[in-house]
Amino acid sequence: MGIFEAILLSVITASTPLVIAACGELIAERSGVLNLGVEGMMVMGAVIAFMATTATGSPYIGVLAGIAGGAVFSLLFGFLTLTLVANQVATGLALTILGIGVSGMLGEAYVGQPGIKLQPIDIPLLADIPVIGPLLFKQDLIFYLSVVLVVGINWFLFRSRAGLKLRAVGDSHSSAHALGVSVIRTRYLAVMFGGACAGLAGAQLSLVYTPQWVENMTAGRGWIALALVVFASWRPWRVVAGGYLFGAVSISQLHAQAFGIGIPSQFLSALPYAATIIVLVLISRNRRTTLINTPASLGKSFVPDR
Amino acid sequence: MPSSAESGAGLLLAVENVTKLFGSFAACNGINLDIRPGEIHALLGENGAGKSTLVKMLFGVLAPTSGEIRWQGQPVRIGSPGAARKLGIGMVFQHFSLFEALTVAENIALSLDDKVPLSDIAARASELSHAYGLPLDPNAHVADLSVGERQRIEIVRALLQNPKLIILDEPTSVLTPQEADRLFETLFKLRAEGRSVLYISHRLEEVQRICDRATVLRHGKVTGACDPKQETPASLARMMVGGEVAHVSAAGTTTRGDVLLEARHLSAAARTPFAVSLKNICLKVRAGEVLAIAGVAGNGQGELFDALSGEYPVDIDDTVQIRGKAVGRSGINARRVLGAGFVPEERHGHAAVSALPLSDNLVLARYFSDRKAFLSGPLGLIRSAAVKAAAKRICETMDVRKSGEDPAAGSLSGGNLQKFIVGRELDRQPSVLIVNQPTWGVDAGAASRIRQALVDLAKSGSAVLVISQDLDEIFEVATEISVINEGRLSDAYPAGELSREKIGLLMGGLHGKTEAAHAH
Repeated sequence: MGIFEAILLSVITASTPLVIAACGELIAERSGVLNLGVEGMMVMGAVIAFMATTATGSPYIGVLAGIAGGAVFSLLFGFLTLTLVANQVATGLALTILGIGVSGMLGEAYVGQPGIKLQPIDIPLLADIPVIGPLLFKQDLIFYLSVVLVVGINWFLFRSRAGLKLRAVGDSHSSAHALGVSVIRTRYLAVMFGGACAGLAGAQLSLVYTPQWVENMTAGRGWIALALVVFASWRPWRVVAGGYLFGAVSISQLHAQAFGIGIPSQFLSALPYAATIIVLVLISRNRRTTLINTPASLGKSFVPDR
Repeated sequence: MPSSAESGAGLLLAVENVTKLFGSFAACNGINLDIRPGEIHALLGENGAGKSTLVKMLFGVLAPTSGEIRWQGQPVRIGSPGAARKLGIGMVFQHFSLFEALTVAENIALSLDDKVPLSDIAARASELSHAYGLPLDPNAHVADLSVGERQRIEIVRALLQNPKLIILDEPTSVLTPQEADRLFETLFKLRAEGRSVLYISHRLEEVQRICDRATVLRHGKVTGACDPKQETPASLARMMVGGEVAHVSAAGTTTRGDVLLEARHLSAAARTPFAVSLKNICLKVRAGEVLAIAGVAGNGQGELFDALSGEYPVDIDDTVQIRGKAVGRSGINARRVLGAGFVPEERHGHAAVSALPLSDNLVLARYFSDRKAFLSGPLGLIRSAAVKAAAKRICETMDVRKSGEDPAAGSLSGGNLQKFIVGRELDRQPSVLIVNQPTWGVDAGAASRIRQALVDLAKSGSAVLVISQDLDEIFEVATEISVINEGRLSDAYPAGELSREKIGLLMGGLHGKTEAAHAH
């Protein structure tokens, strides 16, 4: 494998957790819930996946545990904001702080322990294609899941009736209620889906990206995922484009720093953020499309007036 | 009204002694209502009479505090809109319950049975909409549609559920006369099919024309049940209002003075993708004149108001003139200082801050133009005694009914808040007054009070511009009438020379082009 392929491979590994977490948050936000706790749910997924893997010896059980951990943790957010009608922004921020704290406590005994890496699965025939084969078809389970996820949510949102109801709830929750759509139930499910995705993204970090547990190992990726959703104007394919662009620029700038290009390292470190914002702003400059895709009820609490 | 014991068997819907309390306030108080199969039944009443609360209970949006609802003789508890639809009740809301970001077909799909495949809905919607004479493009986004077109979606959506009873909440308030006629034909067609219609309105003429029976509400109670064709508009109005409604005595005889408000070739680009651009608008309003601008909602009325008031100044100074001064690029306060007053369409959040008391709302509007009266010293501290006195004066002049000395604007009913907002401008005796939809959603008593005030202001030598969708209102107050369509303004005609039909053609004839434009 040449250096070029190695770089591309590391780009995919770096981008996958962003795309997964952002897809989950996209569903939650399309239903009108702004969950700023992505970072917290992600880091909880990472530590739970690592613990389950160490306990059972199977990283696959770890993946499942990460998904379940993220979903259960998001349920706390759902209960506070949807049932008790707490402020979504404040609750989301609290969820992130809580997640970082709890995961640090749970994972204390695991710091420095060797992890078990999720092994790649070769897809027969396709894996033998030159260049593309090793990049796309000799990947781990989580990468394949991310592809299914993106295609799946795109189909779900724009082709299925359940997705239509979810978008309706996000556009105008009182109208959706008047039509008999259960707003709170839809939002609970969307929040839990977002939590499950964040948990999966966290599991990718502690089982694939760097198979070990380090406190606060998400290092702001949850926030990037959140920003990607907004800058991608709530459209799944743009989230993918943004996630991979961010991954690509972060990896390239690392290599550029290693080669010692005469550009200050601070500038290079800032590059992924700047490049992603500029590109996503450019593709989202059509105001009409943005308006139509923005969930109008985003962040607003729903209390039926009975 | 025949008691339900006599004719209870054949009734489609019977409401018996239904009460809805909000806290200690009874929005509906012991209501009785019955609807027979195959009739158009009117529910009449002023704003705040409890009509909307009652139909929300029938549609499962609100739960009654006490009382019984019977559907085809069986007592039912309608727990949700879904349950109402299962029974066979369809509803067309006054404030649309459409999703702006979704397409027409998607909006319709949301209210249909889950078994209907999504891919068929576009075809079925377009077929049904043509069958009932309500053409629609299923793939258009709702955000791009006119108000009339949006209502068609609501009606088609209700019809697709094959309901036995359709509830229409103030359906004609957003339609041209021709569009309303088409709606009535649809309703007659539904009645001929044996369906029932509950028709909520405060327009007596309409009710007399199309309804078989009427139930009248006032202050949450039934004040009458009758055959509207046997009544006179005056007798219906008495049941609604509980007294005689004062007639607005028109202007007309006043002498015309100088041009106080003028727009010269005013153009403005649309600020948002869903807004309308203004195209070469010319108008003149002289002292003593009331120029009314008619038009179907969403044809540039809001944008014209913004440009004339200076809420969004335009690029060329000369295009807007107030008392002969070019003010196109000036802001709203500079125009107020010249003696202009403005009443925007939206009461809450635009004309008034709902959470603030009336006195604060008064200062917010006039702190700059009436600085000397309301502020003191170089720091501009608010002279609260003077402000409170002025607020009190306004409430007295305009007969604003409120609870408490200085309540929050949001606690007033729509009509009373609107009286206060109009009074806030009139209190300055403006030489130019621009009002957008002065009596939208306001009860008949308050509306006639406001209209009379506009007419009196013009008589006293001011120039008044009224933008309105309500043709009755326009004929009551206007001395000159123009029509706005797609951001273009027609010539002004003297009010006496224009018939409703002519206005309808100006509004609707040009409106046909809008639909052609949407199609591409």
